[in-house]
Amino acid sequence: MTTSTSLAYLIALPLAGAVILLLAGRKADKWGHLLATALSASSFGVGIYQLTQMLAREPEERAFSQKLFSWISVGTFNVDAGLLLDQLSICFVLLITGVGTLIHIYSISYMSHDPDRRRFFAYLNLFIAAMLLLVLGDSYLNLYVGWEGVGLASYLLIGFWNQKPAYATASKKAFVMNRIGDMGLSFAIMIAFATLGTVSFSGVKEASETASTAALTGIGIMLLVAAAGKSAQFPLQAWLGDAMAGPTPVSALIHAATMVTAGVYLITRSNFIFDAAPTAQLLVVIVGAITLTFGALVGTAKDDIKKALAASTMSQIGYMILAAGLGPAGYAFAIMHLLTHGFFKAGMFLGAGSVMHGMNDQVNMRRYGALRKFMPITFATFGLGYLAIIGVPPFAGFYSKDAIIETAFNAGGLKGILLGSTALLGAAITAFYMTRVMVLTFTSPERWEEDQHPHESPFLMWLPMAVLAVGSVTTGYLFTRGDGLVHWLEPVFGEHGEHEEFLPAIVVSGMAITAVIIGVAIALIKYQFSDVDAEAPENVTEFTRIARRDLFQDSFNESIFMRPGQVLTRFFVKVDDSVVDGTVRLVGRTALSAGSELRKTQTGFARSYAALILIGAVVLIAAIWVVTQ
Amino acid sequence: MNALSTMMLLPILGTLLLAVIPSDQVLRIKQAALATTLLVAISGVLTWFNFNAADTSFQFVQSVAWIPSFGINYAVGVDGLSLVLILMSVLLAPIVVLAGWKESEGGRWSAKVFYMLILVLETMMIGVFAATDVFLFYVIFEAMLIPVYFLIGGYGTGDRAAAAVKFLLYSLFGGLLMLASIIGLYVISGANGGHTFDINKLSELHNYMSPTTQNLLFLGFFIAFAIKAPLWPLHTWLPDAASSATPGTSVLLLGVLDKVGTFGMIRFCLTLFPDASKTFTPIIITLAVISIIYGAFLAIGATDIKRLIAYTSISHFGFITMGIFAMTTQGHSGATLYMFNHGFSTAALFIVAGWMAARRGSSTIADFGGLQRVTPVMAWSFFIAGMSSLALPGLSSFVSEFLVLVGTFTRYPVAAVIATFGIVLAALYILIPVQKALHGPTTPGNENLPDLNLREKIAIAPVMAIIIVLGFYPSPLLNVINPASAHVLEVQGFTDPTPAEGADK
Amino acid sequence: MNPYNYLYLAALLFTIGAVGVVVRRNAIVVFMCVELMLNAANLTLVTFSRINGTLDGQVVAFFTMVVAACEVVVGLAIIVTIYRSRRSASVDDASLLKR
Repeated sequence: MTTSTSLAYLIALPLAGAVILLLAGRKADKWGHLLATALSASSFGVGIYQLTQMLAREPEERAFSQKLFSWISVGTFNVDAGLLLDQLSICFVLLITGVGTLIHIYSISYMSHDPDRRRFFAYLNLFIAAMLLLVLGDSYLNLYVGWEGVGLASYLLIGFWNQKPAYATASKKAFVMNRIGDMGLSFAIMIAFATLGTVSFSGVKEASETASTAALTGIGIMLLVAAAGKSAQFPLQAWLGDAMAGPTPVSALIHAATMVTAGVYLITRSNFIFDAAPTAQLLVVIVGAITLTFGALVGTAKDDIKKALAASTMSQIGYMILAAGLGPAGYAFAIMHLLTHGFFKAGMFLGAGSVMHGMNDQVNMRRYGALRKFMPITFATFGLGYLAIIGVPPFAGFYSKDAIIETAFNAGGLKGILLGSTALLGAAITAFYMTRVMVLTFTSPERWEEDQHPHESPFLMWLPMAVLAVGSVTTGYLFTRGDGLVHWLEPVFGEHGEHEEFLPAIVVSGMAITAVIIGVAIALIKYQFSDVDAEAPENVTEFTRIARRDLFQDSFNESIFMRPGQVLTRFFVKVDDSVVDGTVRLVGRTALSAGSELRKTQTGFARSYAALILIGAVVLIAAIWVVTQ
Repeated sequence: MNALSTMMLLPILGTLLLAVIPSDQVLRIKQAALATTLLVAISGVLTWFNFNAADTSFQFVQSVAWIPSFGINYAVGVDGLSLVLILMSVLLAPIVVLAGWKESEGGRWSAKVFYMLILVLETMMIGVFAATDVFLFYVIFEAMLIPVYFLIGGYGTGDRAAAAVKFLLYSLFGGLLMLASIIGLYVISGANGGHTFDINKLSELHNYMSPTTQNLLFLGFFIAFAIKAPLWPLHTWLPDAASSATPGTSVLLLGVLDKVGTFGMIRFCLTLFPDASKTFTPIIITLAVISIIYGAFLAIGATDIKRLIAYTSISHFGFITMGIFAMTTQGHSGATLYMFNHGFSTAALFIVAGWMAARRGSSTIADFGGLQRVTPVMAWSFFIAGMSSLALPGLSSFVSEFLVLVGTFTRYPVAAVIATFGIVLAALYILIPVQKALHGPTTPGNENLPDLNLREKIAIAPVMAIIIVLGFYPSPLLNVINPASAHVLEVQGFTDPTPAEGADK
Repeated sequence: MNPYNYLYLAALLFTIGAVGVVVRRNAIVVFMCVELMLNAANLTLVTFSRINGTLDGQVVAFFTMVVAACEVVVGLAIIVTIYRSRRSASVDDASLLKR
């Protein structure tokens, strides 16, 4: 492995931005956003430089490492503050800094009227730094720092407008649910250290070749818990919808393109563990399949454009997790879908922000309609992202999603058929609800509230959207040309042998396209060719009712965890006061009452004291006499 | 002159200096107190740099006969463990003086008495960690109660007299048990090579004790320390004392005095009674885990910000105790580092909470709201301190908490797993007050609260710096702690469990 | 003469003094009874000194006399003050220390 001295700059630049902006306070209001954007862009520049360095080398020698200093060293527990840039992390580095910079640019305009814009950019830079640390750390513990760092940035950004109590609650919910995932990561690290004696990626990889399956399964399951928390996967998915409380650029960057995909990174990074732990791998697949269906179903019923997109994000990450659980065949496709998704989903979120910008922050799609005429650029960029996400060839999503569906079928046996059908079904539902979003927003007749004057967004906002739209169109083709991405990632994931094809690739593609057509058709009939209510109708099917309530995820969490937790808290408070402290107070009261009883012997008559003394002396002498006899 | 004795002498000289300043010159008194504590802090840092970490025996040793007929000496010396705690104490003292600039006013007595008490307390804080004579340790251990009693009872708020008495009685009870054990040690030492209170000689003594004797003597020490630390179920004095005392006193109480408990567990319980420690380990680990979870739940349920912080400390002391009795190098070093880090993160929380309460005239969480927009610097200080308290990676507490968990997991996986649930509860007990007090709309009564002034910023900045720097670079501390904790475990006859790499397959 | 007889006398005097303290109300009489007890003790000390042939007992007896003298000074002053304020020298009347 080659050492490099410039990796730290990737993180240091945005981190410096965050520190400067936060410490400078109001003084930086004028130039803070520019500095933050410039630093994010220069980090992207360093990333590009690193990529050229990598490309100039042989595939096996492309990984760079940098040891900064010894972080924690106690006994055999030695963790360096070390960075690792290999073929996998460079994909993330470029995605994070590239999309991140675009979103910085977008936010300059989007947040221009907010008095706290500087603080917003400070948080964005903090996020970029933490996310880069997450993907660059060379051990699980370093990753953990970035892992919670992005959680913190996400918390701060979801609660950016925390003067609204609901938003403050949403940010707290996200942090706490993420912490449950983080706990999984803690367990994974602890098991790794206790059984393998190391927590670095290279060390664990080496040790995993000889380690017991039980240990690896334990680590794998705990990593899955961590991934589920961060990536909003079943059963820790409930925070993502509420996280839409944050400003829209945040939803685009953190809750669509980058942070929520960290779980996919974690699982693919730990490929050596999952390859040797089939049970854990199976659980990964199950979680992915459940979530992709779950998210898609929720997406069909959401009227809030951001929540619909959030449900879709959840579902698309379900695809990635599913692919990551399919072993060596799927890792590269998971990453490919992650990258293409980063482009089209970020683009669509920015588009949603653009729509909200033109519609006085209205998020209810039932109050949109006919915006195609008023926002042509937004319509075009959003539309390209839409075509990409539903998987229309030759847009990016087609290549990546198709590959996942194909791999799912190829998993073999009943498992393959089940997974493949789930993925296909998901694709159909995706096509349905995304068409619904598209139709309700842009092409159906207008259902605006009064005093709406939709207008196209300014240049600084549509430029990033346009760049992302270009990515949504081209990346799929670029990544698959000559199996480019798969070969690029081979040194990390290892080569996988030829798989027995369950169905010919062309058949799977045909099925996928058919599913998409069915989904689109239903949506068109329901929404384009029939009237849409401006208010959400009440007389809906039981299914819609459940989907609107996110399949009861909040009710479930509340009744299983929150309420019992509150009861438990009250119980402990009561116990502490009445039992534990009560015992202490009882001792005190006993002493006091004993004192007041004994005090009654103090009559105030000097002669009775004298008599008592006399009696005492006589008794004492008698006692001594008796004892010494 | 001996570095430790100098450090102990300086605050005494400062007290004498204060004594000659007229009581009405309050500013002069404060300046003198601040200058003294700063001087002590500087000499503490110098001592730190003169310390040889590789040497595991006591350094800066001085021994003067005190009561020769009982073999009692004024004997001081430090190893890595005590040096870290002394450094924490002397760094906290000037911060406490500066942060609590106004809290000495409005007490039962004058500001002069307040600062004299603080300085006397500082001498004892250094002495209690530096003492290598068990009797000297005991005397300071008990004498420390006096200034704290007057600081709580004379300058606190609310039901301060009752809280002070509760604190005093609780501590005296523990001290009495410890005294019994110390006398027991003395008697046994007399029967085995001559009366002594020297810790080095006493640590050989366990070879001559029957298991029952050792267990009883161990319990005497341990209960005293468990009250100090405080460990469930001996904790109920802490919330009362911490919420009634002035913020500065609470910082010294939680940050330094309580550490005497966990310090004592390592220095006396483990060193003097290794076999008894092993016997009681399962019970103590259980109590520690209960403390972690129980303290966290109480913190979640707390309605008063000061009580909340006190409850979080109960949870944190559970972690420290668990790390100590896990008997692994990671657990031990983690616990020691935890003591240092907890000192600063709790100090920050308490100082800022004190400022909030002083401005608002109330410490009920529900009375605050939307402070982030009114007093951003104060809100940020509270937030960072809170993040450190919930052990966010990148801040100092994470390193220590994770070391404790990892160190415990290798020997007691179940305890570590249950304790790890504490990190989710930690997120709740920090984020709930953050949401209620800092976020949300600005509620009536909070619109015009002033933000931190320059003095307050200067007071809190070093704490923040320590919290952040040690999160990324704890090596300077760990380098000093590691040899000391390895030495303790070596004496105990423990080695780290080896990883079960490639158990089957 | 057998020195033990002095001890019997001392015990007798002490008993008279002790009973007097308990049964008499007049402060002056109580006071005199206390003196009687002190001197009974003195007698014992001196007797033991004689029996053992050392001077220790006699030295302590001198101490006792000095203490007794001081006690008389303070005690009589208190009694006189109480008598002035309450027109009574009964010890039972001076029970204000009771709560």
